[in-house]
Amino acid sequence: MIKFILRRLLLTIPTFIALMFVTFIAIRLVPGDPVEVRTGEHGISPERLAYFRHELGLDQPVWKQFFDYVWHLLHGDFGVSLSSNEKVLTEFLSLFPATLELSIAGILFAVLLGIPAGVFAAVKRGSWFDHTLMGAAVAGFSMPIFWWGLLLIMLVSEGWHLTPVSGRIDMINFYFEPTTGFMLIDSLMSDQKGAFLSALHHLVLPMIVLGTVPLAVIARMTRSSMLEVLSEDYVRTARAKGLSEFRVISLHALRNALIPVVTVVGLQVGGLLAGAVLTETIFSWPGVGKWLIESIGRRDYPALQGGILLISSLVIVINLLVDLLYGAINPRIRHGG
Amino acid sequence: MALLNIRNLSVSFDTRNGAFKAVDGIDLAVERDDVLAIVGESGSGKSVAMLAVMGLLPWTATVTADRMEFDGLDLLTISDEQRRKIVRRDVAMIFQEPMTSLNPCFTVGFQIGETLKTHFGMDKQAQKKRSIELLEQVGITDPEKRLSAYPHQLSGGMSQRVMIAMALSSEPKLLIADEPTTALDVTIQAQILDLLLRLRKENGMGLVLITHDMGVVAETAQRVVVQYAGQQVEMQDTRGLFRDPHHPYTAALLAALPERATGRVLPSIPGVVPGQFDRLKGCMFAPRCAFATGHCHTVKPNRAPSEQGRALCHTPLVHGQPVILEGSR
Ligand SMILES: Nc1ncnc2c1ncn2[C@@H]1O[C@H](COP(=O)(O)OP(=O)(O)O)[C@@H](O)[C@H]1O
Ligand code: SF4
Ligand SMILES: [Mg+2]
Repeated sequence: MIKFILRRLLLTIPTFIALMFVTFIAIRLVPGDPVEVRTGEHGISPERLAYFRHELGLDQPVWKQFFDYVWHLLHGDFGVSLSSNEKVLTEFLSLFPATLELSIAGILFAVLLGIPAGVFAAVKRGSWFDHTLMGAAVAGFSMPIFWWGLLLIMLVSEGWHLTPVSGRIDMINFYFEPTTGFMLIDSLMSDQKGAFLSALHHLVLPMIVLGTVPLAVIARMTRSSMLEVLSEDYVRTARAKGLSEFRVISLHALRNALIPVVTVVGLQVGGLLAGAVLTETIFSWPGVGKWLIESIGRRDYPALQGGILLISSLVIVINLLVDLLYGAINPRIRHGG
Repeated sequence: MALLNIRNLSVSFDTRNGAFKAVDGIDLAVERDDVLAIVGESGSGKSVAMLAVMGLLPWTATVTADRMEFDGLDLLTISDEQRRKIVRRDVAMIFQEPMTSLNPCFTVGFQIGETLKTHFGMDKQAQKKRSIELLEQVGITDPEKRLSAYPHQLSGGMSQRVMIAMALSSEPKLLIADEPTTALDVTIQAQILDLLLRLRKENGMGLVLITHDMGVVAETAQRVVVQYAGQQVEMQDTRGLFRDPHHPYTAALLAALPERATGRVLPSIPGVVPGQFDRLKGCMFAPRCAFATGHCHTVKPNRAPSEQGRALCHTPLVHGQPVILEGSR
């Protein structure tokens, strides 16, 4: 097991190097650099411009900038954000809990709704529920996040006034220092009446928007996996033993049907973080995604490079965890049989 | 009264191409302590008939019968709950593919223990003790260790022993064994059959043994039902069947037995069982029957009286010769 984990980690090293390189080059291909963006249209004297560029090391050849950057990285230094003058790592860590909270909510929403829906559709195959769900899944899967988010805001927030439009909590009425960074937990611990509900209220819409694509994928996958499993001999055996239909479906069949679903959930995680970037922007959710988008606008090279690298490391770690979970629910892999 | 009593059982499947009658008019009775064999080539509806008894057919199946009773319970009108709690406790079934019949995600101990819990409410400790006894009974060595094994760690023969132990765990009155040795190595087949016969005697169960092997029938059964293309073509006690088969299909099956083969080449029945799309107007066996006449191809045969094994034939055989039944034309 340890060997397996080490090997997986070693395999990620080339991915990292490629990633650093591509990010580094890509953002420098975007026209304008941090200095130009900040001085804007007014323009400043060429001497001042050259001075600032020199300060930031932007007058060096690109290859030298790259090696400097990697050198610092190897010493655990992600650099300093050009816009806030804060360490990139510190800034990332302070924003990340918001993104994590949103992502966890989104994936929980997708899993808790998608698996039962998929199971039910499979058991009632061909019913109106099955047809409706599969139709909705196709729609959900191909829904552009931006459009879907704005549509929901228009309907639910603007139209019916059911949820707030932006942010994580009602900041006029509630304030407390972040402890865990998870608004739901912090608001509970703050002892301020109504804070938790306000946080929940703010979370609902972004959660739905972010969870929609994984929900569609998980529901479809669960259904097809379940349909396959339901015709297996061991499901017939379970019935023959006199077990209740609920136990046959939710234990004997579902346990087997979940094996491919876990893989799919794992694959969704990468996409989830990409979705979080857009969702945070739509809902002014103060997380890593919104920060990255803003950093592009500011051509904040260190923030962008560091942020993308950190996010990618997370995706890699999560995929590793999914692989381990896969082994845990599938005895044939656990025992190498 | 017979333990299992079936009159005129038919099963038809709703398929994309219309209804398909997989079982067409089966009669049988199994006494407590009885071994009944059901024989016939693959596709003759043996499994489907027994799955109908257990209520294990998919929703596309429609089951009809004049009578289908187990131990005084009417299986045609029974509630789902009674079926689960009584029928599936008192009738156990084991299947042709032991390797795929056990759930790959759960240990042997879990799967046996679960039955004990469901039917007898045993706690974990009692489950374990009883599971070990059951595994011992079916001849598994080191049973305690086997409890924590997963199905993929077992051989085919071992899996079938576990299936048998699981079947016995509900202390059934009737065991239905659907080709229990077909998927196993030849060397294991005899062991499993012996085991089944021994357990039947020890536990005083009735046994329905589905097989396509006449040799197995000769060694095990008191009575035999012969099925062909969903129909019951003959029913006799074993001795009578081997001495004097009345249906040409039975005679052909017996002639295909190695011991009876006279020449160097084993006789086998040419042709195949008609499937969904080639069901015939007259006798189903006509294309392969050595005794077929033009009449056989166009008119369905009636059942002969029990002296002729209730053979489904216009001219049942008596000592190998076709006889014309009075009043059949
Ligand atoms: N679920 C089903 N749907 C449609 N046809 C089926 C189904 N199950 C079995 N059959 C058909 O019923 C016939 C009898 O099958 P079966 O009882 O399994 O035969 P046997 O056990 O004698 O080999 C076969 O032609 C088979 O294709
Ligand atoms: S009815 Fe005719 S074809 Fe059918 S088994 Fe009898 S003799 Fe053969
Ligand atoms: Mg069969």
